[in-house]
Amino acid sequence: MSFEPKIVGILCNWCSYAGADLAGISRKKYTPNVRVVRVMCSGRVDPTFVLKAFESGADGVLICGCHPGECHYAEGNYKAARRIPLLKKMLSQLGIEDERVRLEWVSASEGDRFASIVDEMTEQIRRLGPFSRNGGGENG
Amino acid sequence: MERRIGVYICHCGSNIAGTVDCEKVTEFARGLDSVVVARDYKYMCSDPGQNLIKDDIKEHGLNRVVVASCSPRMHEPTFRHACQDAGLNQYLFEMANIREHCSWVHEDKGMATEKAKALVNAAVRRVYYHEPLETKEVPVNPNVLVVGGGIAGIQAALEVADSGHQVYLVEKDPSIGGHMAMFDKTFPTLDCAACILTPKMTTIGQHPYIQLMTCSEVEDVSGYVGNFKVKIRKRAKYIDEDKCTGCGQCQELCPISVPSEFDCGLGKRKAIYIPFPYAVPNKAVIDPVKCSHLKGLAEGKDVCRICEKGIEKKGLPGCEADAIDFKQKDEIVEVEVGNIIVATGFQQFDPSVIYQYGYGRYDNVFTGLEFERMSNASGPTNGEVLLADGRKPESIAILHCVGSRDENYHKYCSRVCCMYSLKYSHLLREKVPEAAAYQLYIDMRCAGSGYEEFYERLQEEGVNFVRGRAGEITNIAERPEEEGKLIVICEDTLVRRKRRIPVDMVIMSCALEPRADADQIAKTFSLSRKADGFFLEKHPKLDPVATMTDGVFVVGCCQSPKDIPDTVAQASAAACRALAMISKGKVEIEAAIAVVDEELCAGCKICVDLCPYKAISFDEEKKVSHINEAVCKGCGVCVAACPSGAISGRHFTTEQIMAEIEGVLV
Repeated sequence: MSFEPKIVGILCNWCSYAGADLAGISRKKYTPNVRVVRVMCSGRVDPTFVLKAFESGADGVLICGCHPGECHYAEGNYKAARRIPLLKKMLSQLGIEDERVRLEWVSASEGDRFASIVDEMTEQIRRLGPFSRNGGGENG
Repeated sequence: MERRIGVYICHCGSNIAGTVDCEKVTEFARGLDSVVVARDYKYMCSDPGQNLIKDDIKEHGLNRVVVASCSPRMHEPTFRHACQDAGLNQYLFEMANIREHCSWVHEDKGMATEKAKALVNAAVRRVYYHEPLETKEVPVNPNVLVVGGGIAGIQAALEVADSGHQVYLVEKDPSIGGHMAMFDKTFPTLDCAACILTPKMTTIGQHPYIQLMTCSEVEDVSGYVGNFKVKIRKRAKYIDEDKCTGCGQCQELCPISVPSEFDCGLGKRKAIYIPFPYAVPNKAVIDPVKCSHLKGLAEGKDVCRICEKGIEKKGLPGCEADAIDFKQKDEIVEVEVGNIIVATGFQQFDPSVIYQYGYGRYDNVFTGLEFERMSNASGPTNGEVLLADGRKPESIAILHCVGSRDENYHKYCSRVCCMYSLKYSHLLREKVPEAAAYQLYIDMRCAGSGYEEFYERLQEEGVNFVRGRAGEITNIAERPEEEGKLIVICEDTLVRRKRRIPVDMVIMSCALEPRADADQIAKTFSLSRKADGFFLEKHPKLDPVATMTDGVFVVGCCQSPKDIPDTVAQASAAACRALAMISKGKVEIEAAIAVVDEELCAGCKICVDLCPYKAISFDEEKKVSHINEAVCKGCGVCVAACPSGAISGRHFTTEQIMAEIEGVLV
């Protein structure tokens, strides 16, 4: 059986969670590998959430927020846009592949986009192999 | 305290149960830590479903509840109320979304069931850490702001004002009326647009509960549902409105003539002008970009002022009411309102981008709005349908779906074009009865009361219907009968034949598109936009006037293209929603906000600058940050940033989110 990665999706309530809801309402099919945790704003995403996910067995973490300029709280997504790249820098020093953490902007009307991001990321991580706490994936 | 958790798995008919094995998920939930009872039921949101929860809370002494069903954006309030009814604090509830995020998007039943289990597990782990919270009630300011003075805004403003509540109606242009004021007749009844609109416009102008602000725009909105503070910029009109009598003498005198926006550039207006005869307010304004005195002032020169002084030689007096005030400045007005109705409308698609249609290159290719003005008795041709050289057309083609239903421009159907195209055919039949009329359509979409009947009537009136989208409009004649004509080239898909239709005039039924400043409007009012650019409603079916920002409603064509009856209905609906809130008098404010643990706060002030709402202040005495509960909106930006972990976001605590992350990874 092929490896089925576990991906934690951390989605902002206003745009991305609504976008994922829209994917459902439009019966858009995508892989069941992402499990969603809702936060009010992508600016609430504490980098330790990502570390926690990897510690608890995630193979990837997908963070989604509103498009730049469309944040329900004016500028929370800009905070995410600064924090997540910093986190990724640190993760790379720990030997965690860049593709395992993704920050994407998904609006409430982009159900299709959410579905294709999930499919794409799942495929990417499937290729990388499972996350290993001893440094990267089996193939990485 | 011992946690006693009840878990309820909803089948949602076959919506969930068709893909997720609900019994298995229930069985799984039963085995989870602290779960006292787990049940599955056909429709948890139904009364019997909710009663299951209520009875269990009492019988089993539940102190936490999880429902796995649809999106919390759908039914979280329903189940929170059910908990509250049974005496359980509503925040001791959590929802797992196994429909929108699971059963509806996955096909493999085994994997969907496994995912549902993970989501339920996460909710159970999260709810373990939930704390009871108290919501705050705040009074609702009974004033309402309506933005946009087209038919949508007019209707909404009248509905609210007629109930005896203050309305601030803000319009960007010098007069209210919007696009509808430009129309000639309205389909399918052929009511004269001005005849049915002007009584409403006049009422607005005289209404004791409506403060109308034209040439005005909303610059900033702060606050929250029930208590918004709005900053409005009233642009200088250079006219004292209290003095101006609307006599129009100034526009007779003004030597500067420019294309009239109201007449789509087909007619002229002056630099000082009353936008149209039935404008409300019926007062003059000065266009500062065109007025030679105002332009001169910028260069330190004192020129013209003919409108003010008159022309002595000819014995023509200037403004006798002494209403002209070149020193007028923009004014910022601040108002407080409880609800906001956004009715900012649409703009017509610019067909010049479709080069092969030749709009802008050929004189006799017109847009729909241009034809409306031409056909209107108050328009630039006094209601006569004329070619650019003043002749009457002998043949006319009307092109449907220009910019609509077209992958290159807008994929959506603009909904009104089929009907207004039919209306044009009828008007042409009246005004140039000998002229041959062609309608080039893709599909005829005539859904509405009396619409299909109107279509039938037009078929009987002798319109040539050609099924096919026009490919090109050219003036290159191939046959003698095409000389001096515009030739519409299309494929008639009913007879599968390429056709060249020579005509004198082409009218393009252009798409309705989001306004160019829709992005700015969205930012000002915290609205989201759909993929097509129109404003996003809270729910496409069940909440088509509310938005994700409580207390802000969208109506009319800024939400999606629609006809006048639908616009009016939606405007009344939004007014009703605002009035419901006013009538209740108070609104519940979300308790999920951030709080500072003063013991842990190191006083680094990082949070103070981060807060987008300036809700955090620094207590210099205690050397700790303080969060203003009324201003905090609970985004959690400060929570994530606090290096001491001193700020916690209620209902989204780090503990709760961490537990949920662990939970989804079973």
